[in-house]
Amino acid sequence: MRKTAFWLAGVTALAFVAQPALAADTIKIGFVSTFSGPTAAIGNDMRNSFELALDHLGRKMDGKPVEVIYEDDGQKPDVGKQKTEKLIQSDKVDFIVGYIWSNVLLASLKTAVDSKTFLISANAGPSQLAGELCSPYVFSTSWQNDQTPQAMGLYMNQKGVKSVFLIGPNYAAGKDMLAGVKSTFKGEVKGEEYTVWPSQLDFSAELTKAKNSGAQSIFVFYPGAAGVQFLNQYAQAGIKAQIPLYTAFTIDELSLPLQKDNALGVPGAQQWVNDLPNDENKKFVADYRKKYPGLRPTFYGAQSYDAANLINSAVVAVKSDLTKKDAMKAEMEKANFKSVRGPYKYGNNHIPIQNFYLQDVVKDSEGQLALKTVATIVKDAQDGFAGKCPMK
Amino acid sequence: MLVVVEQCLNGLQFGLLLFLLAAGLTLVFGIMDFVNLAHGSLYMMGAYFAATFVAWTGSFVLGVVLALGATLLLGILLESVALRHLYGRDHLDQVLATFGLILFFNDLVRLVWGPAGLALPLPSWLTVPVQILPGVYYPAYRLSIIIVALAVAAMLYFVVMRTRIGMLIRAGASNREMIGALGINIKLLFTLVFGLGAALAGLAGLMQAPILTVQIGMGENILILAFVIIVIGGIGSIRGAFMAAIFVGMIDTLGRAFLPDLLRKVLSSTAASTAAPALSSMLIYLLMAIILVVRPEGLFPAAKR
Repeated sequence: MRKTAFWLAGVTALAFVAQPALAADTIKIGFVSTFSGPTAAIGNDMRNSFELALDHLGRKMDGKPVEVIYEDDGQKPDVGKQKTEKLIQSDKVDFIVGYIWSNVLLASLKTAVDSKTFLISANAGPSQLAGELCSPYVFSTSWQNDQTPQAMGLYMNQKGVKSVFLIGPNYAAGKDMLAGVKSTFKGEVKGEEYTVWPSQLDFSAELTKAKNSGAQSIFVFYPGAAGVQFLNQYAQAGIKAQIPLYTAFTIDELSLPLQKDNALGVPGAQQWVNDLPNDENKKFVADYRKKYPGLRPTFYGAQSYDAANLINSAVVAVKSDLTKKDAMKAEMEKANFKSVRGPYKYGNNHIPIQNFYLQDVVKDSEGQLALKTVATIVKDAQDGFAGKCPMK
Repeated sequence: MLVVVEQCLNGLQFGLLLFLLAAGLTLVFGIMDFVNLAHGSLYMMGAYFAATFVAWTGSFVLGVVLALGATLLLGILLESVALRHLYGRDHLDQVLATFGLILFFNDLVRLVWGPAGLALPLPSWLTVPVQILPGVYYPAYRLSIIIVALAVAAMLYFVVMRTRIGMLIRAGASNREMIGALGINIKLLFTLVFGLGAALAGLAGLMQAPILTVQIGMGENILILAFVIIVIGGIGSIRGAFMAAIFVGMIDTLGRAFLPDLLRKVLSSTAASTAAPALSSMLIYLLMAIILVVRPEGLFPAAKR
């Protein structure tokens, strides 16, 4: 036992000595997302988009080849944490990217921060991450969870909606989302229901309550397949004709082929929509559809695409000397790359300050259901937790 | 008051759906003494078959009937190719083998239908709400689930209690060796029972499909509930499965519907709304634990062996 410990100590010491003081030979990136189970389609879209971004970069950053190791979290916080540990401790990745789920990210966060590995969240944005748990080593290319529903709440005010019934899943992001709408919506909240996540797929009890609450509108947050189920049941119950639905992260390019006409005319808020008119976005969407025939990129993909480019900006800035963490951090804080959502800035907590758009479901020129930008709900919106973040 | 009626209907509908799944499971477990974890995979296959056949034929009813037949055939095929060889084995071997089958079916579906899942759209005559009482509207499709499931339950009751095959099935549940010794072709009986169980699982899956999505692994969560039901109801007992399924469906739905409001009377609003879903999903397992303590054989045990 003592001998092993001695050897281990020696090896660790060697590892410190052997740490390259100069440029890395390859850029190693770990990617944690969900590649199995009912939400695997989201993980696949993120991987597809990340790969496309690497293609566009010539699969090199600052002339160095990029190696990406994809790991499946199975949508479980404990698995996500293990995979994060494996990527950081045994694969020794330089960056770690991905994370769809807020609860998975929160479980994995400490490992990354303690090892001073840069973590780029390409989706999850729990309030803790924006506030007290903010870290110099963590950046987001998405949003803080509350922001998107806050934009939705503002839109509902504009529409003159007087009351709402809120339904969402009972986990970190669900609570943030409903809190987000409540913080901006000026009308009355007639009721608030949380459902067991991710196992509850039947929302009959909640829909019945919403219907009988007398609320003028319903707001939901159901990402992935749950969004399909909610919308189906909402339409089948005949409520669609009576009480309009407002959503966040419930209708996207992955769920739309399954939601079909049930989604027509149901508004959502988003920081990225496939038809945003900037050149970078046109290239991203067109090349994605060329590379993956039959598929369309989602906001999850757009955020992953941005994550690759954010990393690239940091690697280029330090001329691939990845030991210069401060310089890399300073560069990433500038968000000095062409984001597919258009230019954005970072707040002190490394969460984007960005526009949110109103999206609607329409039939496009090919006769397919598609998401379309209707209006800009809010410009340069910053999350409400930045003040709690000790970083300046 | 009307809300209560509607929530009870929701609970009844969920319970009856669980009954279809649990009935097949309890038959196979009780009569063949065979633990079939892959029952949930048959539920999933029923849904995938229905989505495919409805898309092919363009008719909801025809597609559903074809899917039912296909799941029955799949069950019979599965029994005669793979599961037949496991009857004499330890329960643990059966668990291992049928767990393998879950993985097999999940990957098979991924290969054939892709990872994204399918939609099974309803015909327009099933998407309108129906007025069942003055002022109470209920989705036509959920109502049709209640009707179909009740009809299937009545038919099962008739077959099991009033026909010769049913007599053999009941005999098999109480003493397998004896009916073998009496010269009944037990192999055929087992194949038949398994096929029936598969068809029931398939029916549950395809009826649930328009409400949920058709997706990989859809049978796994609900299978746990089905096992809870057969434990509560008594292994091998159709009547027990029926009663327990309604209990579980009601408890689950009414818990979700009314527990948050009850808790709000004692807790703060936010604490109540987050604690309630966790608590209501625990209720079912609490019920199971109590039943296991009070009546370890279940509420309506099949006749003693």
